[in-house]
Amino acid sequence: MRTTSALFTQGVLSTLPFLMMVGPFGVLFGVLGTEAGLPIGQVMAFSAVIIAGAAQFTALSLMEDSAPAIICILTALAVNLRMAMYSATLAPFLGKAPFWQKAFMAYGLFDLNFLMADKKFREEIAWTVPQRAAYFSGTAIVIIVFWVAATFAGTVLGQALPEWLALDFALPLSFIAMVAPGLRTIPHVVGAAASVIFALLLAFLPFGLGLLGAALIAIVLAAETERRLA
Amino acid sequence: MTYTDATIWGIIAAIGLGSWAMRYSFMGLLGGRELPAWVLRHLRYTAVGIIPGLVAPIVLFPSATDGAIDPARLAAALVTLGVGVTTRKIFPAIIAGALALALGLSL
Repeated sequence: MRTTSALFTQGVLSTLPFLMMVGPFGVLFGVLGTEAGLPIGQVMAFSAVIIAGAAQFTALSLMEDSAPAIICILTALAVNLRMAMYSATLAPFLGKAPFWQKAFMAYGLFDLNFLMADKKFREEIAWTVPQRAAYFSGTAIVIIVFWVAATFAGTVLGQALPEWLALDFALPLSFIAMVAPGLRTIPHVVGAAASVIFALLLAFLPFGLGLLGAALIAIVLAAETERRLA
Repeated sequence: MTYTDATIWGIIAAIGLGSWAMRYSFMGLLGGRELPAWVLRHLRYTAVGIIPGLVAPIVLFPSATDGAIDPARLAAALVTLGVGVTTRKIFPAIIAGALALALGLSL
């Protein structure tokens, strides 16, 4: 039986390699936030309070167009709606943890460690709730600290960063790399293909709702494929 | 940008609170309740249902090129996907994709 502190450490260590992808994305937010004219305090508050890359970039670009505040808020929240689906997916694994742990894990829930935990918890079916919470908290703490630090670095470095670094593309590449190894069953391939096709077809919908619709369709198609093949 | 300072803080606080609430939602409120098998079957495909759709528009229409298709980014994404599917390993896929991107951007 592995102790919770060993699993916390494992969570920390297994997240570290991904920081080379999280880092550039955080730096990019710091650069763009500063360029948009926000003071450092507010750029940092975006990353420490909202702490969700895609929603932050969405809100920032709407604010640059001086969109009404309520539109900025609702659009950013719609972009983040997928977090509720992550929460539902992790609920069977983490639901019994105490409130304060769940409150912290919710604050530190990202695409990155959702993907890690979703895979890990299904492999390590013998893990107890405290063990899972320890592992997940390890992944979360690293991303939280690094996300905020990278944003700060971006506000300082600003336009000193050359464009060829392609900071925008580091995280998308790592998401592809994290999903690709899982495309080993027909339902997974069906789900991924449907996700891409419907996200592009529904891209005209406002507030990032196209992605949400695409995700729901893809999930239903994948689950239905699994049921028929069973 | 034409907001008062208070409005900007309000926007940050509202998105922050809302995001936390969505992250907490099911994990917090379902507690230890067992979910029916058909729900669990759907939840198995959350990652594969969302992430490809999240990434596809970024790959095809990157904002760095104002939405124009960029051969370097497209090739890097395909290399990452190919290496990830064949090796079933994350980091070889990322490194191959990064190399492809560097090569493509330098051409």
